[in-house]
Order: sequence, then C-alpha cells, then structure tokens
Amino acid sequence: MAERLRVEHLMKKYPGVVAVNDVSFSLNDGEVLALLGENGAGKSTLSKMICGVEKPNSGCIFLCGEEAHLNSALDAMNRGVAMVHQELSMVGEMSVAENVFINRQPVDFLGNIRWKELFENTRNLLKSFQLDIDPHTLVKRLPVGVQQLLEIIRAVSMGCKLIILDEPTSSLADDQIQLMFANIRRLREQGYSFIYITHKLDEVMTIADRVIVMRDGCMVGEKSVNNITVNEIITLMVGREIKQLFGEEPADRTISEDYAFEVRDLSAKELYHDVNFGVHGGEIVGIAGLIGAGRTEMALGIIHAHKRTGTILKNGKVCRIDSTTDAVKNGIAYVTEDRKGNGLYLDYSISQNLLVMQLEALSNGLGMLKKSKINAYATKQVEDFRISTPSIHQTLGNLSGGNQQKCLLATWMGIEPDIFIIDEPTRGIDVGAKAEIYQMLKNLAEKGKAVVVISSELPELLGICDRIVVMSGGTVTGEVKKEAFSENAVMDLAMRANRTSY
Amino acid sequence: MNHSFSKKLVSIFTSREFILAALLVVASVIVSFFSPVFLSSANILSVIIAITVNGVIAVGMVMLLACGEMDLSVGKNMAFTGVIVAKLIVSGVPVAVAIVLSLLVAVFIGAFNGFFVSKIGLNAFITTLGMSCCIEGVMLVMANGRSITGLSESFKMLGQGKLAGIQYPIFVMILLVVVADLLLRNSRQLRKIYFAGSNAKAAKLNGISVTRVKLYTFVFTGFCAGLAGVMFASRLGSASVTVGGSTALDVITACIIGGASLNGGKGTVLGAVLGALFLAVLSTALNLLSVNIYWQNFATGAILILAILLDALSEKRKSVGKAVL
Repeated sequence: MAERLRVEHLMKKYPGVVAVNDVSFSLNDGEVLALLGENGAGKSTLSKMICGVEKPNSGCIFLCGEEAHLNSALDAMNRGVAMVHQELSMVGEMSVAENVFINRQPVDFLGNIRWKELFENTRNLLKSFQLDIDPHTLVKRLPVGVQQLLEIIRAVSMGCKLIILDEPTSSLADDQIQLMFANIRRLREQGYSFIYITHKLDEVMTIADRVIVMRDGCMVGEKSVNNITVNEIITLMVGREIKQLFGEEPADRTISEDYAFEVRDLSAKELYHDVNFGVHGGEIVGIAGLIGAGRTEMALGIIHAHKRTGTILKNGKVCRIDSTTDAVKNGIAYVTEDRKGNGLYLDYSISQNLLVMQLEALSNGLGMLKKSKINAYATKQVEDFRISTPSIHQTLGNLSGGNQQKCLLATWMGIEPDIFIIDEPTRGIDVGAKAEIYQMLKNLAEKGKAVVVISSELPELLGICDRIVVMSGGTVTGEVKKEAFSENAVMDLAMRANRTSY
Repeated sequence: MNHSFSKKLVSIFTSREFILAALLVVASVIVSFFSPVFLSSANILSVIIAITVNGVIAVGMVMLLACGEMDLSVGKNMAFTGVIVAKLIVSGVPVAVAIVLSLLVAVFIGAFNGFFVSKIGLNAFITTLGMSCCIEGVMLVMANGRSITGLSESFKMLGQGKLAGIQYPIFVMILLVVVADLLLRNSRQLRKIYFAGSNAKAAKLNGISVTRVKLYTFVFTGFCAGLAGVMFASRLGSASVTVGGSTALDVITACIIGGASLNGGKGTVLGAVLGALFLAVLSTALNLLSVNIYWQNFATGAILILAILLDALSEKRKSVGKAVL
C-alpha cells in the first residue's frame, strides 16, 4: 500500500508551552488513523500543522513521499489534504450545491455561474454518498450530521485524498453516526485516508485501523486497534489508570418510594407532545433519543424557556413555573448542552460567572454585592469542583472545555437544586474530567436529589443511570429499567415511530 | 494582603476610567501652557456645563449599551420633553407639575422603545431610529416648527441659578453620575444588566428576566433624556425644536471611549461621563489653540477609532492561542 502521509520529528512551540514535541508517524492509503488524547494533549496543533494552518518549528511533512512545505489551508487542499473542523463552515442561508462548490462554481466565459451544471454535479455527488437531498435545499434546513457529511463531500470533490476529521460525531445522534461511518468505510475502500480525532473510544474501535495516543505534546503510543483495549487507551491518554469511569457508587444512596419530580402532559407546538415521566429522589434517570426527538426542547419546556402546556410536580405537589425565573426559584436546574452558546459568560471571569446564580446570597441587606463574599464563594467552588485555574479572576473563555464544564456545574450546583437536569454532561471534554463529572452526579443523587441526564452517548447513559426514558418523535416511547439495560433495548424505543426525513 | 493590595492598584491604574482621567489631567496641563485661560474656573465650569446634557443621557445610554441595546431617539426625546415642559409652563401649569408631566412623556417614550425591542424583539437601531423620526414629527406639529419662549423666571432659575458659583445642572449631573455609577457597580439588581448584555440566552436560562431588564433600562434611558431636556430648556430659557440631532451618536461615542461596547456586557457610568468630558475638553482645547474648527470632527472620530482599536488589541493579547478563522 502506498504511503499517503509521513511526518518526522514535528515540533511546535508556543510561548511557554511545547504543544507538539517530536512526533513522527505515517499513514497509508485507505487507512483510518485515530488520533487520541486529552484536551490540550496537542491533537489539534498536530492536525493544524498537517492541514497547513500552523507551521511547525521543526520537522518535516511528507505527502506521497514528497516533502511538503504547507503555507496555508488552501495550499494543503491543493496538495490533497483537507480538515473538517468541529465548528462547521457551511453557509446556512445558501443551497447545498453552492456550499459544496463554494468559490469553485462552474462558470461560463463571462464568469457567470452555470447553475444547471452546478446542481447536476452536486446531485451526482450526493447520490454517491447515499444522500437523498435536493441540491437546492438550504443548508440550515439540514441536520448537523448531514452538514458534516457535506464538508466531507466538499473535500472529496476538491480531490483531497487525506481528510482530517475533528470530533465529527460530537453532536450527532446514532443514526447519523452510522451514515457517517458507512461513508467513511466506502471512501476508505476507494483509497481515501482519514485522521480521526475523537473522545469517543467506542467509535475508535469500530471505525479506526490504528490509533496513536498523545499526551502533553508527545506521542505516547501507537497500536493497531486489534491489539489494544479501550481501558489501555484510557490509561495511555490519562497517564494513570481510571478504575471507575462512571464514578464510584456512593454507599448511602437510596432511591425514594415516590416521585420527587414529575412531568405530566408536557406539550409545545411542533416541538414535543404529551411528555410524561417521573424521577424518584436519589435516582438518576437518563433521557435517550435520536437527534430531533425533542429531548433538549422538552427540558427547556420544563423550565418554561418557551410557551408550553402541561404540569410539573415536585414531591407530589403542583409546581407553577411560568418563567425560567420560577424554575430557578423552585430549585429546578437545567444545565445546557451548549455551554459556550447559552451556558457561560465567556468574556467574564470565573467569579463573575459563579456570581450569576448567587446575586442574592452574595449581597448585603441593601442589595449591594459584597466583593469579599463573592471571592470567598468563588474560591470555595473552584476548590470543590477542582477547576484548575491560576485565579478566580481568570476569563472563562481561556479555560479548557473540561474546566468550563466544571464551572458550569459549579454555577448550577451552587443553588443546591432539588431537581438537576443536565444536557450532554460530557460533550467535548476529556476522560479525566468525565469521570469527575459522573462522580459529581452520583454524589448529587446520594443527597436525595432527582437527577435527569440527557445524552446522545448511550454508553454514558447505560453507565450512570438507574433508568432510561426514551423519546422519539417528540414524545416518550418507553423506558428501560436497569435490569434490562442494553443498547438494543434503548435503540428499539428510539427508532419507534421515527422516520428521519430530510 | 500586600500582594492583593498591589493587584488592586494595578487593576485601578489600568482601568479605562483611570486612563481617561489621567489623560484629561495631562492634556489640561499641556493646553494651559499655551492658553492660560484653559484652567481658569470660568472655563472649567463652561466645559462642564456644556456636557451636562450629554452626561446625563450617557448615564442611561451606557446601561443600555451594557445590556446590548442602544437608543437613537434620546436626542429627539430630549428636545420633545423640552418643548412639552415649555408649552405647559407657558400655558400656566405650575412648574413642578409641568416637569413631572414632561418627564412622564419621556419615560413613556423609553417604555415604548423597550416594549418593541425587548418584548417583541425588534432591532433596537431601527426601532429607536423610527421612534426618533416620529417624535420629531409630533414635536414640530406641536411647536409649529418654532422655538418656544417666554418661560417663567422660576423655571429658568432651575437651569441658571447658582450655588457657590456653580450652576444647578452641574450638581444634578454629578449627583446622578455618582449614584448611578455606584449602583451599577455594586447593586445586585443592576448587575443583571451586564449578564443580559454579555450572553442573553445564558442569562435567561439562569433565571434572569432579560426582557424585563432591557425594558427597565430603556425606561431609565428615556427618563435621563427627559431630565436632560428639562435641564436644557430651563438653562436656555426656551425650548428649541432643532436640538438633539446628533445627541445620540455623540453620547454613544462618549460611552465607547469610556469603555462600553456595542456588543454589550461592558461599560461604566463614570467611564461614559469621562468620555463625554474628554471630548468636550478636546474641542475646547482645539478652540483655544485656534485650530480650524473642522479638525474637531476629525479628532473626535480618530479618538473613537483609537478607543475601539485599543479594545480589540487588548482582547487579542488576552486570548490564548491563535484564531483559525
């Protein structure tokens, strides 16, 4: 098999840190290489060098045996290397065809776009990717998973044979992940090579041929997937053994007889309808479902972020919630899946972020905020939640994803909610932080709180929940008890009465 | 202890307010060498009285900018309030009643803006621009396109009277600025303004009623514009229908020089007022140094761009790593 890429002794230094330290590896045609490591291990810097965005301080990159000095992303693309970033670069207001052929539309001698040809070419490409989409469709109307595929299609149509995928499935539901995998496998057979960056180790085992693991800028392991287990990978990534990924079961956890929290007939037009479920005190209930099943929307409905009908009960009593303010007052916390978009104040310091839910507690009788109280509270939360930061005055945007997520949890757990709803608790964060967050959720349940975990990662739900409620098509299609836990049982309910249509 | 004290000093010395104040002092000293009149008490008072109108409006505007909105109708709101108070007084309404009624109108205009922007979700720029036109139309009809004169002496006294040689409006502005600055810094209710402006969606999920925060801030800005209008009319002894054309942009300029941002989440009252003072000192200095008056526009513009340039550069320095896009 021909060699597509070889890097030798790559090194990249930033002021104060060696992001990539003497990394060498190679990649053959038709091979999927998983690039693994915790946040900050140097995966993105390494891939940025390969796709021309960053220049190495030393070391060489060889493409098809020839040494390549890549000056820009465009340069790399012309040499057949493309990267699909986590943040998609599609223009939502434009059609699929215009996005795929952005800046390369077929034109006539006057420079006018030949629309017919543009749409025809796109239609053929889509067909080869088993996508039944009209090329005229506006990209914003498509699910994220399809948009992600369009990025790959664009790379392929530009003649790129090496495609770097950065967390391609982080916001996809299972059916879309399968579609993505099917296409990756097909392209692999045609000789395309992939570098696959992810935090989801179970995916690595299904899609990758080989893994390389990075830690603190260095490559600490290279193995074929046949010769390594998930646990070995984790140990390599973290540098120590994590015994209990899903947290230790607290000794004193008891699940109450009655529901501590109940949702009855929750409905909102075009989002979800007739949602019913309950959570016992001390219980962790998972909400599973495909993307578009209405899970996040339903949770937002509970706290009345939009107009909806239905009843919320707390300890058997009806709880009137007419605004998000009411929800907070009643001790219902909803921790968002989108911490950057609508969870945190990235321009503000850690202490200011923690302050937002404690305005009352941290001020005096006249309604004036007390600096000493704010600092003491922030210091305590930073310690309790093991947020690693030089100072409580650090701007939040400068923290790693895991630390941001811990900060978000610290903000919400600070109000000591009775009902704790958390949406995608570990999206985009590394294994070490994941284990800590699972432990926090279990400890919360030990205190008798009702915990609801919404997640697209089934292994996560199966690992920490006592019961899983499954949604499909905007309503609850059933639930799976711990004794009956299996991926099939959940997926069966998730697919029920659900036909994904684009 | 010592360490945190020195940290505190650093944060004070690098604050926008301190830099502006220092610049003001330095500039004043330099200009006074060329033109000794500059630091005379008469000149200082004339500079300060000149910014009372913009200074009072800036108190509301900077809060509005901090919560991510703006109000372009403040200038015409101010003029309109002046016309109403003048009309009422000319027709024999007691001064106190006239002032309260006209301020109510100003507050109502603010509430109207706030309703459309925060409840309905219209764009603030367009809404308040439209509102500005509407107010101007109504005002011109009411005043028949002419200034209103013949105001009572007791009303004029409010704007022209002096205490210890200092005109009343200066006291009003200083009182408003000091109280509003302290409250915006320390009050837990007003802190919501910053959260709403920094990330409105997060604020909503955190149980802050962003709609209400914005509505109240619009109302308060309307009140500030009205107060400025009453003060202006009593100081001039007449209500002009032509004033206020450039007020909104002048005030926003001052706020931004003082550290506010059109993206919301930032800004202080003190900074905004110092920004207004800075611009006033600049134009007085250029006058005294007999620089061509047209260069004043250039200077204002250059300083505005410089202010946001400094902001952008310090943001870049603070952020870690390199932006890919």
